[in-house]
Amino acid sequence: MARSTMFFTRLGISVVVLAGLLYVPQYFGTTETQLWSQAIYYSLAAIGLNLLTGYNGQVSIGHGAFFGLGAYTTAILMENNGWQFLPTLPVVIVIALAAGAAFGFPALRLKGLYLALITLGIAALFPDLVNRFASKYGTAGTSLIQPPAVVAPSWADSFTDFDDQYRYYMALFIGVVMLVLAANLVRGRFGRALVAVRDHESAASILGIDVARVKVSAFAISSAYAAVAGSVSVLIEGSANAGKVEVFRQSILFLAAIVIGGVATVIGPVVGAFVVVFGQDFAEDLIDDKPELAPATFGILLILLMYVLPDGIIGGARRLLRRLTDRSAAEPAPTPRTT
Amino acid sequence: MTLFLQQLMNGIGNGVIYASVALALVLIYRTTGILNFAQGEMALFATYCTWKLSDEGVGIVAAIAISMVFAFVTGAVVERVLIRPVERASPFVILIVTIGMFLAVNSLAVTIFGDDEKQLPSAFADGGWSVGDVSITYEFVGLVLVLVAECVLLFLLLQRTKLGLGLRAVASNAESARLVGISSGTMLMFGWAIAAALGALGGAMYVPTTPALTAGSMQAVLVYALAGATLGGFDSPVGAVAGGLVVGVGEAMAIQYIEPLHDIELVVPFALIGIVLLFKPTGLFGRNVVERV
Repeated sequence: MARSTMFFTRLGISVVVLAGLLYVPQYFGTTETQLWSQAIYYSLAAIGLNLLTGYNGQVSIGHGAFFGLGAYTTAILMENNGWQFLPTLPVVIVIALAAGAAFGFPALRLKGLYLALITLGIAALFPDLVNRFASKYGTAGTSLIQPPAVVAPSWADSFTDFDDQYRYYMALFIGVVMLVLAANLVRGRFGRALVAVRDHESAASILGIDVARVKVSAFAISSAYAAVAGSVSVLIEGSANAGKVEVFRQSILFLAAIVIGGVATVIGPVVGAFVVVFGQDFAEDLIDDKPELAPATFGILLILLMYVLPDGIIGGARRLLRRLTDRSAAEPAPTPRTT
Repeated sequence: MTLFLQQLMNGIGNGVIYASVALALVLIYRTTGILNFAQGEMALFATYCTWKLSDEGVGIVAAIAISMVFAFVTGAVVERVLIRPVERASPFVILIVTIGMFLAVNSLAVTIFGDDEKQLPSAFADGGWSVGDVSITYEFVGLVLVLVAECVLLFLLLQRTKLGLGLRAVASNAESARLVGISSGTMLMFGWAIAAALGALGGAMYVPTTPALTAGSMQAVLVYALAGATLGGFDSPVGAVAGGLVVGVGEAMAIQYIEPLHDIELVVPFALIGIVLLFKPTGLFGRNVVERV
């Protein structure tokens, strides 16, 4: 396909998808809208993790902690200091950038498995820290914080009848802005540096790339994405909570989202996040009388998906597309190298 | 001083358990290059089986032995059925498969055995000796002996038998191992089977030291075991044991002596790992991997 046709195809698909997403809360009821909103904030976290793990090759199983950091910052500022939702976002981003960079520096020494395990430690440690330091803001001395719900302002009356519709649009707006930012980031100089460092550190540094700076920046930026996702979760769910199980689950679900969607693709993490959120919901509906079996169904779905599409949904779609357009070049897409 | 010794004993007691789970993780990692996230949950399932058997009136030692055989077979089957098809795929895919197993096994265990708290009897007798003011329980001595036996047997298996030679050959270079006639598939199955059996043993040792057996029993242990394995260097069984012990003792000391760390004693293992890895990124006993540019 020619470059310009490709561009217009993509633009066309984006417009149609966006139009569909704008129509979602008008068509669906509260429960489904909530689910779509969840998919949006999962997407945000997955987009950020993909910058780090997909493009830069640093595996993190701890982004649930940065997600929680964002959620708690927003919730405490709203509940304790009476802030509106949106002004908390710049604060969240600054704090998460700093926290991410702080973890990025020790991460410079670690590769692959070791890094993954240390990040798992962040996820394991975070709930304890929250219990220790945030419980004074929470309900009845617990770490559950429920700030006042965000309500639709009067100017939004023309397109929203309910507050949850307004909240969905707000999440969608933040999601689209952050997606476009990430897409531009990976297509530019920084994105190439990320990939160069992932594929071969020594070669990248010979090309004049400041490897340490790139890796720490990737960590900081991806943490900021996860934290904003956490803030949006407070907007949607109306609460911040950090149980041990939740933080760990979220961390692995974000990772699952990028692998399902397609590692190191722009739109893959979004697709993956939707699969993760709706897949879990589907698994719950599948067996009504045994809710405790839902994770088993979901886990088996994950495994089956990996057998069928080892390079993710986007990777699989690309292979299919290449087969259809060019019969001679039906090679499998190169998978990102990790050490 | 008494308090110190007592805490040291507690620490070693926990550390022994972390070490045996870490040993299982390292074993799988050494033979297959896979980090098995479902290791803890597989051990949980086996521990539930032990509980079920002992609840039905089977003696606890026999129950543990039966569960270990069951886990051995299950481990081999899991490798053959679930892991083999994605063996050559990217590490991400394998990671997601073990995460899928993590979710599935945990929820299956809850579905089959119920989510109420269960009491698993200890394999060791109550009581112990008193040395001065420090009490040494039979359980403590038993745990240490089990770990030592585990280590000796594993060492003999890996270093002194033909089977162990095959396991090590596949781990170091699967391609060459196949060329000299070692069936790498069988070896991998065997590696998973041993690790699963060790997990079953570790679970049955660990759970009686905790208030009750629940669906979340093994998750904290997995974190501590991973910490221990990382500290020791992920490819070294000796490192796994040393790392597990250090983590256990460090945790016990932090609880006792560092008041601000109350409730967040998990900081200790990770602070330790952070410091060690800053100076030696492959862990205390890990080997450096040299890469050609």
